[in-house]
Amino acid sequence: MSLAANPAVAPARKGGPLPPADQALAHYVSAAPFDAMSVTRMTPEQEKAALASQWRLMWLKFKRHRLAVASAVLLLLAYLIAGFCEFVAPYDSQTRNTDFVRAPPQQIHLFHEGSFVGPFVYGYRYNLNMDTLQREYTPDPARVQPLRFLCKGDPYLMWGFIEGDRHLFCPAQGTALFLLGSDRLGRDMLSRIVYGARISLTIGILGITVSFVLGIIIGGFAGYYGGLFDLVTQRIIEVVQALPHIPLWMALASVMPPTWSPILIYFGITVILGLMDWTGLARAVRSKLLSLREEDYVLAAQLMGARTPRIVGRHLVPGFMSHLIAKATVAIPGMILGETALSFLGLGLRAPITSWGVMLNEAQNINVVALYPWLMLPVVPVIVVILAFNFLGDGLRDAADPYR
Amino acid sequence: MLRYLFRRVLLMIPTLLLASALIFTVMQLPPGDFFQTYVAEMQAQGERADLSRLEFLKKEYHLDKPPVERYAYWLADFVRGDFGYSFEYDLPVRDLIGDRLLLTMILSFLTILFTWAVAFPIGIYSATHQYSWGDYGLTFLGLLGLAVPHFLLALIVMYFANVWLGLSIGGLMAPEYLNQPMSMAKFGSVLQHIWLPVVVIGITGTGGMIRAVRANLLDELDKQYVTTARAKGLPPRRALLKYPFRMSLNFFISDIGSVLPSVVSGAEIVAIVLSLPTTGPLLVRALQSQDMYLAGSFLMFLAVLTVIGVLISDIALAMLDPRVRLQGGESK
Repeated sequence: MSLAANPAVAPARKGGPLPPADQALAHYVSAAPFDAMSVTRMTPEQEKAALASQWRLMWLKFKRHRLAVASAVLLLLAYLIAGFCEFVAPYDSQTRNTDFVRAPPQQIHLFHEGSFVGPFVYGYRYNLNMDTLQREYTPDPARVQPLRFLCKGDPYLMWGFIEGDRHLFCPAQGTALFLLGSDRLGRDMLSRIVYGARISLTIGILGITVSFVLGIIIGGFAGYYGGLFDLVTQRIIEVVQALPHIPLWMALASVMPPTWSPILIYFGITVILGLMDWTGLARAVRSKLLSLREEDYVLAAQLMGARTPRIVGRHLVPGFMSHLIAKATVAIPGMILGETALSFLGLGLRAPITSWGVMLNEAQNINVVALYPWLMLPVVPVIVVILAFNFLGDGLRDAADPYR
Repeated sequence: MLRYLFRRVLLMIPTLLLASALIFTVMQLPPGDFFQTYVAEMQAQGERADLSRLEFLKKEYHLDKPPVERYAYWLADFVRGDFGYSFEYDLPVRDLIGDRLLLTMILSFLTILFTWAVAFPIGIYSATHQYSWGDYGLTFLGLLGLAVPHFLLALIVMYFANVWLGLSIGGLMAPEYLNQPMSMAKFGSVLQHIWLPVVVIGITGTGGMIRAVRANLLDELDKQYVTTARAKGLPPRRALLKYPFRMSLNFFISDIGSVLPSVVSGAEIVAIVLSLPTTGPLLVRALQSQDMYLAGSFLMFLAVLTVIGVLISDIALAMLDPRVRLQGGESK
């Protein structure tokens, strides 16, 4: 610590920074006490970052990834809707309105003939075209049907035990409302999409849980014990990854007896999706364990006398947990798509259960594309959710990587 | 190198045995067999099935034996090149698959070419222009390709191809060329139709490939040898393509193992939607009707191809990267 490094302390001299050439430099000693820590002292922000835990560091880094944060918020919203779907949807998922079969989506208006009414729709005038035998629905400007909010509608039993009949919004008294159109039985598409969210969104989470548990246990054992067990699991993983997914899904899905109730089938499908997916995670766990085992800090812990469970639980697992969570997030979209594919083939979930895949199953012929394109709308939430999970996974991965 | 090769080939045997056992178990899992389904279907239509013929077939194919014995017969036949007999089509499996294999391979080959041709330039652009609008836009497009369920994409593209371009819907050729011998006109018709499945199937793979190329190239571009090369005045193109790009291809070579089986099976669901005469729909149908020899042999065939694919990629990797070879082939 020299004086030159601390110019602020030096008194201002008259006549420029240096004395004339023939005079000696004036002797100067600072009276201020010397603080040896003044260079290494951190600003409060730096101190916060240096003392932050790993999870806090990840959170700080994650917050900077704006797209990932937006995705997280969006997904949270989607899961909230799925959780309270009975309340959010204007109808029950099975309510049939036979007067409006395959009605196109209605548009929400705010102004009627120049005056403000609030959100309302124009009622449909129905006409069966006898030449083409098509049902034609035309908005009738005379029928102004304002939406009602927090109103009474179809009764429901939320989560199987809360009775209620309040809905977030419903059609005007005695009318029908199809903001996203209706299907071949006159069921409201919007309500069905909202109800479908519950199944489609949870199937990914449950499936990833199954594969997570399998992957960590099997991969952990293989990585920690090595030897014969490792060799055998490596071969099994290779085999499972070698086989194309869809045929295996199909074979496993056809094992489920047709007498099973839809809810059992639903759990069966999640287990199948998880069974096919654990290999990637097990590989990741194994290779991470193998490489982390060689790290110096593990050796240090061993030298300090830490026992195996402590090394694994305190040093190894936190080392790759964040990495695994990021990896799992990216795997969820595959499960959601897998469900749609299985349902599309008629092997997945079946009719009384409403999922996005089941709904798309009804949209699988060319007539739908040509005549009733709104039946394909469930694909929109599928795409949005998958994109959101991908962005979220990207953000988590970047946040979990300490070298970025 | 020879020792390494020998080890790898030897390791293939237990892998394949395991795969065959797994496939056989999966085939046996569904309750009942093809004959039960067949008899039930016949009865539902009010007809009587020819029971004596069924008995004969059952005996011929050892279906009256316990599973372990059946597994042994099946495996032994498979090794000898006898893939069994499809009950549903009344044809040996080999003849059945052979017909469709050529078209499937042409289709898959074109799809892979399409994927590479689209993904590599985009991936390189995204990596060299990281966090630019072009990067965001292209990555987003790639992700979109991943997110759209491709059976729906196939339907939509098929519809608009029909409305705008007047192409016949579905199939790999115009209907009048079905069952015709190959001719210039038929070939032309195939060319007219094949781009649609190629694009639809390719889009899914492209999204993943773009991300992989981008991520791997970015990792390489951060390294010091790239800075050195630039500092020494290597032209930008050369400093990109000659070293970092080549290194980033390692992931790509290790991926060959999974490419090979998909070349043969094709994208099953898209093929069903577009009613393509490829092997995918055949496999799916066989699984649904429990035509076990067809489905089992086909799956086994795919497993063999995958294992060979992994072997090829391992050898290629070992030739490219001596570090792999020195470790004795176990990637740790």
